[in-house]
Amino acid sequence: MAQAVALAHDDHHYTSTGLSTWKVGFWTFIGSECLFFATLIATYMVYKGRSVTGPYPHEILDIPLTTISTFVLLMSSLAMVLALDGVRRGSRKLALLWLGAVILLGSTFVGFQVYEFSHFVHQGLTLQSNVFGSSFYVLTGFHGAHVTVGIIWMLTLWILAFRNRLPATDALKVEVAGLYWHFVDIVWIVIFTLVYLIQ
Amino acid sequence: MSVEEALGTPGAGPGSHGDHGREEAHASPAFYWTIGAILTVITAVEVAIFYVPSAQPVLVPSLLLLSAAKFALVVLFFMHLKFDSKVFTGLFSAGMVLAMFLVVALVILYKVLPQHPSGV
Repeated sequence: MAQAVALAHDDHHYTSTGLSTWKVGFWTFIGSECLFFATLIATYMVYKGRSVTGPYPHEILDIPLTTISTFVLLMSSLAMVLALDGVRRGSRKLALLWLGAVILLGSTFVGFQVYEFSHFVHQGLTLQSNVFGSSFYVLTGFHGAHVTVGIIWMLTLWILAFRNRLPATDALKVEVAGLYWHFVDIVWIVIFTLVYLIQ
Repeated sequence: MSVEEALGTPGAGPGSHGDHGREEAHASPAFYWTIGAILTVITAVEVAIFYVPSAQPVLVPSLLLLSAAKFALVVLFFMHLKFDSKVFTGLFSAGMVLAMFLVVALVILYKVLPQHPSGV
């Protein structure tokens, strides 16, 4: 009976393959996002070491600080899968807890980035300073914008859960949001290595 | 704990899609915590390698390898690609392969091949 009710409320659409149209569409979007970030990363790599004036990457990049923000973003991904697990179990309490954790950790990451950018500007690195500044701010700035969009998305899910409108049958909504959040995380894994660690 | 032990029956959870259950599998929270711990350890190793002078000759390959490991763990387990439909793997792989080709091609064109005297 419970399963029949759950299926009756399952208004998600499925393709002829049995796959959710939401997920097929969203994985296609993620594939296109790979190319978007690839262009930004390629631009950074091409202009790497071509700045004729400072500040240069080795003078300005703060590895300990960025390591903490990387850890924060990785933990937000963990919180995201735990939030999905909570929603699938039909636990409003777990959903609120872990979606709240994702919002908090994501906001902390953006806070680190705002601090980093303002610190770099004070040290003389702006978008116009040199090619390192231009490519660095565009790459990490677009990533930060993606994280911000993700935080807003998580906030809407948290409000839905708070108003008791995120039942287990709507777990797909959280799963798709989670795919976006994890993608933002893997992009940062690449940026952290190529920009910060391999200087 | 093996991956098989950590995972429940696909499509059996309250949020499952019944006949559409082949898309998904549910792992236990303990399994996700294990993956989170592994990701933390790998990040710590990356930073340690960065600061160890004797590791400098192998710095770039080591960091690329560790980064690829973190990337794979997130994609396979947090994004559930390991247990999801192969269609999703194909969609993501197509984007990734094109993206990597783009980066490698541009780096070869602008950094490896000899440049025109004008710098263009």
